[in-house]
Amino acid sequence: MRVTLYAPDIAREAYPGQFVHIFMPPEHRDHMLPRPFSIFGTNRHTGELAVLFEIVGRGTALLAGTDPGSSWRLLGPLGRGFPVLQPGSLLVAGGMGIAPLAFLAASTTIPRTLIYGARTADQLVCPRENLELPGLTVYEVTDDGSRGEKGTAVDLFSRLVEGAGAVFACGPRPMLAAVRSISNRAGIEAWISVEERMACGIGACLGCVVPADGGYKQVCRDGPVFRAGEVIIDE
Amino acid sequence: MNETKEQPQNEPELKINLGGIILNSPILAASGPLGYGHEYRELINFDAFGGIIVKGISLEPWSGNPPPRLAETASGMLNAVGLQNPGLVQFMEKDLPLLRDAGPKLIVNIIGCTPDQYTGVASRLDRAGGIDGLEINISCPNIKAGGMAFGTDPRSTYRVVSAVRRKTKLPLLVKLSPNVTDISIIARAAEEGGADAISLINTLSGMLIDIDQKKPLLGNTFGGLSGPAIMPVALRMVWQVAGEVKIPILGMGGINSADDALQFIMAGARAVALGTGLFYNPGLAESIKTGLVKYMRKNNINTLGQIEGIAR
Repeated sequence: MRVTLYAPDIAREAYPGQFVHIFMPPEHRDHMLPRPFSIFGTNRHTGELAVLFEIVGRGTALLAGTDPGSSWRLLGPLGRGFPVLQPGSLLVAGGMGIAPLAFLAASTTIPRTLIYGARTADQLVCPRENLELPGLTVYEVTDDGSRGEKGTAVDLFSRLVEGAGAVFACGPRPMLAAVRSISNRAGIEAWISVEERMACGIGACLGCVVPADGGYKQVCRDGPVFRAGEVIIDE
Repeated sequence: MNETKEQPQNEPELKINLGGIILNSPILAASGPLGYGHEYRELINFDAFGGIIVKGISLEPWSGNPPPRLAETASGMLNAVGLQNPGLVQFMEKDLPLLRDAGPKLIVNIIGCTPDQYTGVASRLDRAGGIDGLEINISCPNIKAGGMAFGTDPRSTYRVVSAVRRKTKLPLLVKLSPNVTDISIIARAAEEGGADAISLINTLSGMLIDIDQKKPLLGNTFGGLSGPAIMPVALRMVWQVAGEVKIPILGMGGINSADDALQFIMAGARAVALGTGLFYNPGLAESIKTGLVKYMRKNNINTLGQIEGIAR
């Protein structure tokens, strides 16, 4: 599901890896907490910002069912995103992890490679045209082989990691854990985007944390993008 | 505006005295959601707040609970942050200087596992300057009593409140846990211990299970329920405690509108604090303040004292 919002201030400032908080409408204020969404793309000229998501609960269901032209309260751009891509960067997206990585991939034309994996073809939800970008090589992979290669994003990553300039990943925790340890063994710098349940989104409430050496890091403020070595991701 | 021309009257007075702390507005930020206020100050105007109660401070830094720490629930949320905080020294060096000029009165929530830890924090903050009051969070586990919360036992409540009382001249609020058989007994113990005001309620203990993982959802298994779901419970407890103590009450628990705030005041609260409601609407204090003034004008009420406990 893809929703485009007119939010010129956010679209102007946002960079890949950042997120927006979307607040539920007043008639659904029994859902108290804003929902964090990775920014899928922006258009600074039109002031538009897109989010890509699947329906996983009430908030995403409401957003998916919204009428064109309706208004939503947004807060953003929030968090620390990805650093600027270097030539030879390897991007690894698992499932909905494609959202920030598609934005990152579209931020440059230097040679770069994207591994895009999901369990099945219909879970590769990113529209193809968003990944048809100059200089970008895309490898699709599905667990059942229904699209692209058969296997997992991690299988493909293990083969392609050698010689990569740097690694940028977003996806399920086990995938991030594998990308983290494989990159570490290969001596290649890796950046991962971490997802966590969130409340304030601005670093005040300490609700969204990820374990790190000597304590916790805040996903909304210190992340959601971390240097892989900064945080501890359990397999 | 036309109505006020027809019926000339004074601007409603929102100033109140909460246990010796003079507040320009009866709306406070509850301890927790706003952290130490720095992030929200960039987002919202603090003028509508009479006071800010900053997140609990312990003698040493506390790392908090493992994630997940949060979950949304029906009309509310569960949290198990675990009182993560940078400790007294860092708070005084880094946070306090930035908070002194924030505008609203500054109340610091203090936490500890032993009475000595509470008094250690209180005596240092007493001398720090720029702090208008302390709020003792007696929902912390009492390590000496086997981890039971201080606030679930009247003798422990009295012991910790009176110990802190001896260490500070600052106005002292005591924040009560609702997870007790009879909250009015605990409130009386806090009053006897020397509290200047009672804050209630803290969160209600609860949990959720992730049926895919077949495990408790929160990293800490149990968390605290907050938000509109608990508002009627909080209101009932404010009502009960208001009948038991002479000191003023700071009411909180799921307040989401001026109507909610008015109900707490009519139950006997002197002031109200906002917590989870700020996540839905960071500008909630402003809209509640506007709503209070509108209600007071419409009903010819000049001071909140005229309606404090009026429903009783």
